[in-house]
Amino acid sequence: MTDRAQGFAPTASWENLRARARLLARIRRFFDARGFLEVETPLLSHDTVVDHHLEPLAVRLIHDPSDVGDGPWLWLQTSPEFGMKRLLAAGATAIYQITRAFRGGERGPLHNPEFTMVEWYRTGDDMRSGMRLLDELAQETLCRGSAEQVSYSEAFRRRLGIDPHRCSTADLARSAREHGFDGSASWDPDDRDAWLDWLLATCIEPTLGAERPTIVFDYPASQAALACVRAEPQPVAERFELYVNGVELANGYHELTDASVLRRRTVLANQARLADGRARLPEDSRLLAAMQYGLPPCTGVALGFDRLVMVAVGARRLDDVMAFPIEHA
Amino acid sequence: MSTYKTSDFRKGLKIQIDGEPYLMIEMNFVKPGKGNALYKCRLRNLIRNTVLDRTYKGGDTLDSADVEEVEVQYLYRQGDTFVFMDSASYEQYELSAEQVDDSWKYLTESLKCSMMLFNGRPISMTPPNHVEMKIVFCDPGAKGDTSTNVTKPVKVETGAEFQAPIFINMGDTIKIDTRTGAYVERVRS
Repeated sequence: MTDRAQGFAPTASWENLRARARLLARIRRFFDARGFLEVETPLLSHDTVVDHHLEPLAVRLIHDPSDVGDGPWLWLQTSPEFGMKRLLAAGATAIYQITRAFRGGERGPLHNPEFTMVEWYRTGDDMRSGMRLLDELAQETLCRGSAEQVSYSEAFRRRLGIDPHRCSTADLARSAREHGFDGSASWDPDDRDAWLDWLLATCIEPTLGAERPTIVFDYPASQAALACVRAEPQPVAERFELYVNGVELANGYHELTDASVLRRRTVLANQARLADGRARLPEDSRLLAAMQYGLPPCTGVALGFDRLVMVAVGARRLDDVMAFPIEHA
Repeated sequence: MSTYKTSDFRKGLKIQIDGEPYLMIEMNFVKPGKGNALYKCRLRNLIRNTVLDRTYKGGDTLDSADVEEVEVQYLYRQGDTFVFMDSASYEQYELSAEQVDDSWKYLTESLKCSMMLFNGRPISMTPPNHVEMKIVFCDPGAKGDTSTNVTKPVKVETGAEFQAPIFINMGDTIKIDTRTGAYVERVRS
């Protein structure tokens, strides 16, 4: 406690930091045993993911130490996705990485602007095999049994009695109001995804993964990000997320491989960003070039390692499992 | 008046909605993986003491509230109006009985209180955590019984009634915790 008062000591206990190290080792064993190659890609990149709701941090690459105001801006990765997909296009088949990711504007009990991400890809996997692999990893690291698999639409039907793909935006708004929606005046009533996010975050997420881990799959096509969309019977994004105790731990995609679709989504994401007063991000990237060359069909998953440790040790906030969260960094 | 961005949102922030001041008593940042960042705030209305839950999106702004706390002395009551005086500027402030609420029970002359001003106008006051008051009426004290578990109603100089141990007598001074209304001790005079 004296150390804490002096402000240099870790916010996490030694017990939790030891659990963290054990989980890191266990994850490496998990992937090594399955023939995955551990890779490293740059944290600092010329390219960045263009996502409506992700804020990459920029760093100036100073060439001349006597002129610190000169030099190009590079991006700290929001995930190692671009680098790893370039490796897949260049011939990798099963790869994993444990690395740092950075996201601006995200701080709360479950968010820190710098965090540790475990990300992996395997070619030939469809969404179902990707979900199975994620389930195996969750079983091996959390020891809470096999995951329940629930579609996004089933999760909404169970909890709210509405079909999130087919119901009208007005129906979503009505359901949110029935469940105590209390949004600010700037809320756009026609923003379907904003209603879906509010309902998911407020009514559904807290109930997910209570008994055993839950994997939610088949997200709305409008929230595909870099997942491919399955057209039948109802267009859904082949995206899945792992929840334990109401905490979102991992996000997986049956990966989009079509470069022209990626370009279209990037342009749309930038338009949405501009409408929100956010900065335009570069639309060209080496990922695009890699996908034009040919990204093999694959499934990839990003897992928030700090949250995994948090859930494993029964902590309620990231600060309890990170040595130095941002205010102490 | 300045504005706060969602990145400024934190517990303890004093903000203004529809012309009324609020205190942010809870702030929770939630963000579904690929979705909108939501700031779930619990706000207490500083005038009416009601609680409001509001969800803000990243990029929303709130106006700051010009709220300050000053030390005042209680002067007197006139009908439904309680009159206080700023200890530093000697300026007088009036609060209605409704604004003073249950705190009237503790207001003895010259009592130093904390007063909250919104745009320079008084909106609420808080008495100190402990106050001493004289008993003006109670059943005679039971001599020798020093137990504090057995209590009886006593009336103090402000006209309010409290529970105090049975050994307390008329004319005694007792200390009360204003946060709970509980008897603390007898004060030797």
